[in-house]
Amino acid sequence: MAKYKMHLLVCGGTGCSASKSTEIVDNLHLSLKEKGLENDVQVILTGCFGFCEKGPIVKVMPDNTFYTEVKPEDAAEIIAEHVIKGRKVTRLLYTDPENKEHIADAKHMGFYKKQLRIALRNCGFIDPENIEEYISNDGYAAIAKVLTEMASEEVINEIKLSGLRGRGGGGFPTGVKWEIASKNHADQKYVVCNADEGDPGAFMDRSILEGDPHSVIEAMTINGFAIGATKGLIYIRAEYPLAIHRLQIAIGQAREYGLLGKNIFGSGFDFDIELRYGAGAFVCGEETALIHSMEGQRGEPTFKPPFPAQSGYLQKPTNVNNVETYANIPIIILKGANWFNKIGTEKSKGTKVFALAGQINNVGLIEVPMGITLREVIYEIGGGIKNGRAFKAVQTGGPSGGCLTEKHLDTPIDYDNLIAAGSMMGSGGMVVMDDTSCMVSIAKFYLEFTVEESCGKCTPCRVGNKRLHEILEKITKGNGTMEDLEALRNLAGVIKDTALCGLGQTSPNPVLSTLDNFWDEYVEHVKDKKCRAGVCKSLMRYVIDKDACVGCTACARNCPVNAISGEKKMPHVINDELCIKCGACIERCKFNAISIK
Amino acid sequence: MIKVKLAEDKINKIKEICTSFGNKAGEAINVLHKVQGEFGYLPAEVQEVIAKELNVSVANIYGIVTFYSFFTMIPKGEHPISICMGTACYVRGSEKILDEFKRQLKIAIGETTPDGKFSLNCLRCVGACGLAPVVLIGDKVYGRVTTDKVQEIIGEYKA
Repeated sequence: MAKYKMHLLVCGGTGCSASKSTEIVDNLHLSLKEKGLENDVQVILTGCFGFCEKGPIVKVMPDNTFYTEVKPEDAAEIIAEHVIKGRKVTRLLYTDPENKEHIADAKHMGFYKKQLRIALRNCGFIDPENIEEYISNDGYAAIAKVLTEMASEEVINEIKLSGLRGRGGGGFPTGVKWEIASKNHADQKYVVCNADEGDPGAFMDRSILEGDPHSVIEAMTINGFAIGATKGLIYIRAEYPLAIHRLQIAIGQAREYGLLGKNIFGSGFDFDIELRYGAGAFVCGEETALIHSMEGQRGEPTFKPPFPAQSGYLQKPTNVNNVETYANIPIIILKGANWFNKIGTEKSKGTKVFALAGQINNVGLIEVPMGITLREVIYEIGGGIKNGRAFKAVQTGGPSGGCLTEKHLDTPIDYDNLIAAGSMMGSGGMVVMDDTSCMVSIAKFYLEFTVEESCGKCTPCRVGNKRLHEILEKITKGNGTMEDLEALRNLAGVIKDTALCGLGQTSPNPVLSTLDNFWDEYVEHVKDKKCRAGVCKSLMRYVIDKDACVGCTACARNCPVNAISGEKKMPHVINDELCIKCGACIERCKFNAISIK
Repeated sequence: MIKVKLAEDKINKIKEICTSFGNKAGEAINVLHKVQGEFGYLPAEVQEVIAKELNVSVANIYGIVTFYSFFTMIPKGEHPISICMGTACYVRGSEKILDEFKRQLKIAIGETTPDGKFSLNCLRCVGACGLAPVVLIGDKVYGRVTTDKVQEIIGEYKA
């Protein structure tokens, strides 16, 4: 990197790419060429910076200037002003929402202040398609250390000592998992990276693979050495074309550099990696289902034991870890377990990446030390609730997790605290909801997901969740009874106790946690036939206030079903029979004359 | 007798793909990915050829095709529309967007318009949650979609 005086880092994650970040790169190149600066300034398309809300992002190094919401036509100005004259383009800087001041340096932004980037250390910093950049940031130094200085037991001990737990959701200690796999002897063992990120609203694994694919390749190689496996497989969703593309490039480069293949670092250790593609099945995130899918079968889970560490892919001992877990490995080897285990809480070490989404000001990808509170995440990093509305709930753990409320805001986040609060860590989706979200509908939304994604192998999940969904449907339609609420709780308990796999056992969690935390809202739906958030269509009526209506006809003209009638300059009326409750009239009314009753 | 409706060259193409994966049953998912990439969808006739080549039952292949949501037995429209129904998009109103697409195109989820131009589907999270609610048409991502923008978006592809 040394030969360039300046670097322009442009975010090439999925979100920013959708907002034309590759065009920005083209225009930057063009402007640099025009000014004859192409040999002095380097333009790099990096992985995700995390601040997706304000994308596309362009970062100027070495001065760490952070430009937000950049458009392709801004490229020329950045070159002419910042690069040549050294004047920052103020209008593209991030504006602090509190004091309205422009912040030039990313370090001072509320979004980044409390973050600690370990797994994401290279995302948004290096060019993921260039192995040299990874190497110049200590890349492949950990595998070099492992292969030349360490015995496999030492590697496993280091990971055990670090306290790293699986980042895919369950939180099983990684070192222990490796130890079990290492003790099972076989002529062939396998290392598998689970990149089947299926939780709706979670995109951390994708960002790591897009922004720093080599870290996963290096970690899998270390894992292979530790347990005595020579083959690695990455099971990745077909829905992630960019991540697949970058992994293919990275694997090719690693082979070219002799970092994958035969006799790595002259140590006599062989290791290579292949990609396997998912085909859209949530259950394949469960490790036994994932293994069956890799074998070319339907991705149905099987009973454990035998665990994959005993009999996994092609009946051979197999170690399955998640992408984020792997991203932590190289740096633990380099900096040592005693560095890593100082971060976090007593039982949950290190950091966790969360995909912060929903009704929050700063949507994006964040990495925080374990033990941080939800309040710090939502209000300090996330910048609070959108449009100044009231916080209602935060959902963690996806379809296996639950909704937490105001009273949980000061709970330190770690694996055990989240389970105690009725949710779970999950893979790291964190969806924030305000008072426009109906909690009964949210529970129904997750159940819809589970019903659709249930593999159908065991009855509690296949039939039980369908019944749960039907009861919730009945309640949102206004036909629920208090007995239904009782039935929900009982059935949820049965599914939890009797489903075959982890996904089935956790599928009633969204129902149970909303019943616990939002009981009043359920009762309102049942007894008062009311949805306070105004989401359940069957429970609401649109009404025009005849005193406030000026008869501008805006609502009538925009009603898709012609349910609104009235003379010009006279109060209008909505025909309840025809109204489909789409809300188009409310959006159009400038006089606040329409309300939901 | 099975009435094979496929043209000779298409059958040969499928066979070629199966051979490239060594005609191994364990490669069924990779074969299906490749074949769907070639034909756009996986009708029963295509599955019969694959089953024969990989030496497994048609039921086995059908079981895989219907298990994974990525595989489809219905041809998609020229411009496949996918509405993201991930949680982040859902809480930012993707259901309303879906309703509007349904209303304007006059088709339900999983259907294709009679002229074959558009098909409508839901998907679970493309990971562009910062742009929620998100709609995909082909590979193009439309972010922060509102019901007002739906007509404009469809219009781009009508010409």
